[in-house]
Amino acid sequence: MLKIQDLHASIEDKKILKGINLTVNPGEVHAIMGPNGSGKSTLASVIAGKEDFEVKKGSVALDGEDLEELSPEERAHKGIFLSFQYPVEIPGVTVTNFMKTAINESRKARGLEDMPANQMLKLIREKSEMLEIDRKFLSRSLNEGFSGGEKKRNEIFQMAMMEPKLAILDETDSGLDIDALRIVANGVNKLRNAENGIIVITHYQRLLEYIVPDYVHVLFDGRIVKSGGKELALELEEKGYDWIKQEVLVQ
Amino acid sequence: MDLKDKLVSSFLAFESQVDVNHAVHDIRSEAIKNFETKGFPTKKQEAWKYTSLNNLQKKDFSVFPKQGTTLEYKDIKPYFLHEIDTYKIVFIDGVYSSYLSETTHDGVDVCLMSAALTKPEYRQVIELYFNKVASKDESLTTLNTAFSKEGAYIYIPKNKAPRKPIQIVHLATGNEAALMLQPRNLIIAEQNAEVQIIERHQSLTQNEVFTNSVTEIFAAKDARIDYYKVQNDNGNASLIDNTYIAQKTTSHVSVHTFSFGGKLTRNNLNFYQQGEHIDSTLKGVTILGEKQHVDHHTLVHHAQPNCESHQDYKGIFGERSTGVFNGKIIVDQIAQKTNAFQQNNNILISDKATVNTKPQLEIFADDVKCSHGCTIGQLDEDALFYLRSRGIPKKEATALLMYAFANNVLESVRIPELKVRINTIIANKLGVRVGFEL
Repeated sequence: MLKIQDLHASIEDKKILKGINLTVNPGEVHAIMGPNGSGKSTLASVIAGKEDFEVKKGSVALDGEDLEELSPEERAHKGIFLSFQYPVEIPGVTVTNFMKTAINESRKARGLEDMPANQMLKLIREKSEMLEIDRKFLSRSLNEGFSGGEKKRNEIFQMAMMEPKLAILDETDSGLDIDALRIVANGVNKLRNAENGIIVITHYQRLLEYIVPDYVHVLFDGRIVKSGGKELALELEEKGYDWIKQEVLVQ
Repeated sequence: MDLKDKLVSSFLAFESQVDVNHAVHDIRSEAIKNFETKGFPTKKQEAWKYTSLNNLQKKDFSVFPKQGTTLEYKDIKPYFLHEIDTYKIVFIDGVYSSYLSETTHDGVDVCLMSAALTKPEYRQVIELYFNKVASKDESLTTLNTAFSKEGAYIYIPKNKAPRKPIQIVHLATGNEAALMLQPRNLIIAEQNAEVQIIERHQSLTQNEVFTNSVTEIFAAKDARIDYYKVQNDNGNASLIDNTYIAQKTTSHVSVHTFSFGGKLTRNNLNFYQQGEHIDSTLKGVTILGEKQHVDHHTLVHHAQPNCESHQDYKGIFGERSTGVFNGKIIVDQIAQKTNAFQQNNNILISDKATVNTKPQLEIFADDVKCSHGCTIGQLDEDALFYLRSRGIPKKEATALLMYAFANNVLESVRIPELKVRINTIIANKLGVRVGFEL
């Protein structure tokens, strides 16, 4: 489904990704771990189409289609979803209006009519209940004054609404207490199915106890230096990242 | 002959049209002397540093409105807030149109300045209020005072409120190659009275129109006045709006200024607080493109203790448009416990657009809360990416962010249909379908 080949990306001539190879098949959950500054968030942004980054070499393809020329919105229409590490506060736009606009714009891109208002409301109610989101919360301005946990829960709520083919969760666990973590992870697990793929970017193993990955990759200095099963995450938790750095240096 | 000479010399001809024995005429005669001495303001004056009237003065404006142009309501309906029932005071090329208007004397007076300035039954009110808060010194205001003859006259007696909002609409037909208009409005809300007013200037062709308007507003104890100015004129219309407001104890006055069009617009908005526990609200949304220019000069004079003022102006500037915000707040020594807030936030969406913003605080009391903030920035790229990553196309995402930016100014509009209308104008301005409501 998602195929990344020899991906090199830079920002303002600073090389960040230096040859990433990654394939995600339908139904798979991949975790990407790694120390700070290794390029995890850059990878997420490049897949979502952030224009600040320049792809110097290599490709990102979804279902065989190269994404390079596609805008962020076109990627979203094709089913890519990024849960932001730092969701942006947008005063003046309510969560509900934002979601209505997002859903209807995506439908428009697919040649569909606007979703009828009652159906939209039903969907919003259903998905917000799943993530234990208070109704009042939906009429508040997007992310404005939300706690860290509320922001992340709101991201997963958006994911539930959009039903993406490929979801990238960028540090969704950061800033969450254990209860919020459980709610968010439950939400993600309910959205897991045989058709979609999920990339979980995280610094810590903690989230992976709740969202159990099929594969774990270690990103270091812009490359995936080690891949394995879920047990690799435990090993990293135990030993830290230094041994990986040592291994890379030895090579 | 330049415009100043033309105006001064036409004063004699003007005098043949009015009752020179009326007390008001002494005021006019004083005013023309002041204008003759001072002339049009120039960029050398601090208050006019960023707004030049030079080009306007070179044009050969007709200064006396001609009678007799008629318009069909269906052709001009879009310029009215027609979704709700309103009183209307309508002028075509400066001349009152009884056909398009709906005035009243039923408990309140919603009628014409020309009537108020001539008929004996209004004499007492005119003596009490006319030219009492307008500047006797500022040259453009005195120019208007000198030629004051026509405009809207609204008088709301104690404890009264008109059944519906009032629209003051000035239409210019383009029958003259260049037309200068000087409407003069007087609005009085007596104790505990209430009124909502919408004002609009619209020229119907590309012919040049220059409006120099003066509005005096008096809010007595406990009165409430909401005034909305819709400035969405076409590209050859210039407007200088001089509004003076005097407020008494526990009165509320709000003025919202929506500046979306015109070639040159200058808003001189002056609030004078003359009692305690007064609330003054000044809000504005400015969205400009092309080479449009809007200059907001506000003044709030806190002269008594325990009063508040709230200013919030948002501007979005594209292409080669220019904006100015100058917000002056004076807090007299006696005006303790004043709360004065001022915000001016601007977004530049073009490299060639410019904004000059300046707070000007003169505070002589020590126990006050005054805050001010000015920002000039670009659209937040991270916010734009966030919206786009959810499938909202760049153009719509940009519009959504601009709506959001302007939203808290729209929130305080108390006529829902007007709010919808302003939303629609903004949507058209930004060229998007409104898929959401705020």
